[in-house]
Amino acid sequence: MVFKLNNQLLSRMAIGDGHGENSSYFDGWKAYDSDPYHHQNNPDGVIQMGLAENQLCFDKVEEWLKKNPAASICTPEGVAGFKDVAIFQDYHGLPQFRNAVAKFMGKVRGDRVSFDPDRIVMAGGATGAHETVAFCLADPGEALLVPTPYYPGFDRDLRWRTGVQLVPIECDSANNFKLRMEDLEAAYEMAKLNNIRVKGLLLTNPSNPLGTILDGDTLRNIAAFTNENNIHLICDEIYSATVFGKPDYVSIAEIVDEDRKSGRNGLNLDLIHIVYSLSKDMGFPGLRVGIVYSYNDVVVSCARKMSSFGLVSAQTQHMIGSMLSDAEFVEEFLGANRARLAERHGAFTGGLGRVGIRCLRSSNAGLFVWMDLRRLLKEQSVEAETALWRVIINEVKLNVSPGSSFHCSEPGWFRVCFANMDDETMEVALGRIRAFVAKHKEAMKPARKLCAQSSLKLSFSGRIYDEFIMSPRSPIPQSPLVRART
Amino acid sequence: PKTKPPPPTPEPKSFLSSSTLTLSTYFPLTPSLRSPSPQRVSRDPRRGPMTESPSSEPEPPSPKPRAAAGNGMRLVVPLQGVVQGRGGLILGSLIPCALFYFLQLYLKRHRSPKPPASSSNPPSPSSSSPNLGDLARTSSRSNLLGRGSIVPVRLSSRGMAIAKPNDSPYYVGLDKVAGDPFHRVDNPEGIIQLGLSENTLCFDLIERWMKENLMDSLMGGDGAELSINGMATYQPFDGLMELKVAMADFMSRVMGKGVSFDPSQMVLMAGATPAIEILTFCLADHGNAFLIPTPYYPGFDRDIKFRTGVELIPVHCRSTDNFMLTVTALDQAYNQARKRGLKVRGILFSNPSNPVGNILSRETLYELLDFAQEKNIHIISDEIFAGSLYGTAEEFVSVAEIIEGEEFDKSRVHIIYGLSKDLSLPGFRVGVVYSYNENVLAAAKRLTRFSSISAPTQRLLISMLSDAKFIEEYIETNRKRIRRMYDLFVGGLDQLGIRCAKSSGGLYCWADMSILIALYSEKGELELWDKLLNVGKVNVTPGSACHCIEPGWFRCCFTALAEEDVPLVMERIGKVAEMCKSGH
Repeated sequence: MVFKLNNQLLSRMAIGDGHGENSSYFDGWKAYDSDPYHHQNNPDGVIQMGLAENQLCFDKVEEWLKKNPAASICTPEGVAGFKDVAIFQDYHGLPQFRNAVAKFMGKVRGDRVSFDPDRIVMAGGATGAHETVAFCLADPGEALLVPTPYYPGFDRDLRWRTGVQLVPIECDSANNFKLRMEDLEAAYEMAKLNNIRVKGLLLTNPSNPLGTILDGDTLRNIAAFTNENNIHLICDEIYSATVFGKPDYVSIAEIVDEDRKSGRNGLNLDLIHIVYSLSKDMGFPGLRVGIVYSYNDVVVSCARKMSSFGLVSAQTQHMIGSMLSDAEFVEEFLGANRARLAERHGAFTGGLGRVGIRCLRSSNAGLFVWMDLRRLLKEQSVEAETALWRVIINEVKLNVSPGSSFHCSEPGWFRVCFANMDDETMEVALGRIRAFVAKHKEAMKPARKLCAQSSLKLSFSGRIYDEFIMSPRSPIPQSPLVRART
Repeated sequence: PKTKPPPPTPEPKSFLSSSTLTLSTYFPLTPSLRSPSPQRVSRDPRRGPMTESPSSEPEPPSPKPRAAAGNGMRLVVPLQGVVQGRGGLILGSLIPCALFYFLQLYLKRHRSPKPPASSSNPPSPSSSSPNLGDLARTSSRSNLLGRGSIVPVRLSSRGMAIAKPNDSPYYVGLDKVAGDPFHRVDNPEGIIQLGLSENTLCFDLIERWMKENLMDSLMGGDGAELSINGMATYQPFDGLMELKVAMADFMSRVMGKGVSFDPSQMVLMAGATPAIEILTFCLADHGNAFLIPTPYYPGFDRDIKFRTGVELIPVHCRSTDNFMLTVTALDQAYNQARKRGLKVRGILFSNPSNPVGNILSRETLYELLDFAQEKNIHIISDEIFAGSLYGTAEEFVSVAEIIEGEEFDKSRVHIIYGLSKDLSLPGFRVGVVYSYNENVLAAAKRLTRFSSISAPTQRLLISMLSDAKFIEEYIETNRKRIRRMYDLFVGGLDQLGIRCAKSSGGLYCWADMSILIALYSEKGELELWDKLLNVGKVNVTPGSACHCIEPGWFRCCFTALAEEDVPLVMERIGKVAEMCKSGH
């Protein structure tokens, strides 16, 4: 007699929803996966604009790899290094790798600051790095403050296995979604009132999804606030090399440096941690290189031990180590990256502007724009946003990400990624948007008549809406996430 | 052989930790009851005023009564659970314990902040913060008043526990070698590493393969399929399908006898370490337990328990059974765990065993499966040494072979595998969870996002593993060479009067040095270990690090040695043996 094992014999984690992939936001990904655009084979397919990938400078990388065949160890030139690399399993990482990454991080910040290679801790991508930091800083039930809108993956990366909570701080468009000190203070006080132990504040700078950066003064004030309240400050700086326009980027590392150099020593460095990765800045998500850089010795030691759970392959360490040690290449790459992002951003926002679509104006970084479609909403509600989103996916055939998936407090904003495609595909996408807006304008203009039609569409998607819109507020919050990978 | 006194009973220490465990498993209930509130906090009160006047201060009228109700709930619910679930005995002990705990917590919070314990053991020399306590104080100068009674927020308690220096002799030994590694030419007086199970015997084969199958660059010489686009961009987190297919084929070859593996039942991640952790996350909740036969791999204490909060219950195996797992011992451990209120979720064993090197017989595997079925628990078979066999007397049987065609409920069976041992590529970080349970596979796939394998490494392995001729040759040669080293090494120990347990696989032998220890206890064993490390300059792993209950056993890994160094190792061990025998 065989009795079948039932789900009760698995952990709550295995059968739970913490991964967030049952959210209806995944419909956009499903739509893309089942019908991906290809300029020849499938010109009517869905264009992927939900993936924050940076493919604009792959030619530079390819060129370098061709010029430096030894780096990959699987070449005649590199095979000599094979043995040492194949057996290397020290979780400190190859010294060459750590040195090169530290140098690269400094370079990205204009060499205004330097990083200590001994504080570079490896993790499995920024995803793994964030989780490691959460494991180190907070126990189950404790919380981190996060300004909205924020990357949907945080709901999973920071909470799923760690049991840590996220407490959103709402920011709004009246202020270009910039984090205001009074909102931060209010959210912190409110959490305390509710007996939530806040362990830290997580900032994404440059912001995903906004593509904006924090100015030095704000960053200084925030650091002073976390310092004063003795909570941690985690700065996610994975987009730091994508800052393509003025004003210049200010990293938390610069604030730290400034504080040290001025001799004030007002900041408790034990509270400051940086999450970094090569997935966005270099466009290497497939290499799974995540970095935790902490100024706290105990966190460094703890995170390093945890890095056994997400070590970067030594072969990849070796390759990255050689590539990023090449100062000339790094210089050229960073320059080209910025220039091309600026150009692409200009072309895309320009194209949108010509059909009257605005994007968040203060944006000067990132691989995406924060597109304002509030005027196209039937009413200012999340329902209307979702309805419009479904139209964009199914009719316009673009997979973009709705603001509600980023916990945005205002409906009508969408994140649109532009760096994971070539110029032609971008033009096709712009063409589709143009056609859609033209159609939509016609529909909007003749009185309210045609609005009834779009409300029909709304009621059609009503049920799906009910299922997921509950999720951000349900007791066991799921991650209403757009895409695991971004 | 001299007669030994009966093995010491397990120390009371383990009971202590178990009672703290029951306490802590209840503790997390409190925050989880609270969890709905943060969403409400941040949204409800602000949503209202925000539309009209964004600047108005959010007034919290509602949270107060709710919080009060919450407090009541927080107390009542866990208590109910205790009454209904555990009965009077535990209720009687738990409530006083809990009250005492909260009292302590209260006292701790209201005491003036002392420098935290961590300041006593600075983890690494660094200029920035030699003393955490001091730092907290200097930074508080500016706002001393505001902080008066607040306890400094530090790391998480699990973070602190992990950051503590690991005092297991396993890690101490490894660190010691890292500081002074033996090298025949450069450092002949250095410490010889016998504590890390790595295999360098067949590197020449892999190097030759690389030379013969050269890729002009990482992207393929003639601009073929390999391109930067297939590597740098996002790839499936649970491994490329091509690698799964190649891996399934490799596992079939290694396990032999036509056992076939299905790529769709496979999830790949960055090493066996995350593989075992991810599987644990899938099978057990915080506070649940796995049964594990001792002696076991010292790393499991870290890999499994660190972050999952899952307990390992030792099932003691003895030298009289050649450290073979018996169902009687298993049953006993299971019942004891249940009595302590632990929920046992599975049995975890390594086959071939690490550190003993013995393999489970077909009959034992059947018994284990029956046991798991009867108790309705999981089976986790760690088979990472399946290809590193040197015995000829016994045949290795994978649990995959046993359940094929039998009337077992396969969904409770899970296999851990990796390329670190059998293909000796630990640097490449490739681990496998092979499961017959769809839900486990689905969950594990999603969890791999935290520990995926780098895509270029996957591409390289796909071409290597797909070369059937090379793989056949490799497995064959590898076995022969391990066998040769085993004979050499075990023969050498034998001449020193040191016998090893009967074994058939692995990269090590399990040596009985109890004749050399002065005190027949863990202390005596560690004294010998210390002598071997510091005087003899060889790093071996003492049995106590592997939770072996009989003192005097040591794991010695011999596959990272060069043949010509074996006499030196024997000389060094012999020197220590002489010292011990003459009573120094």
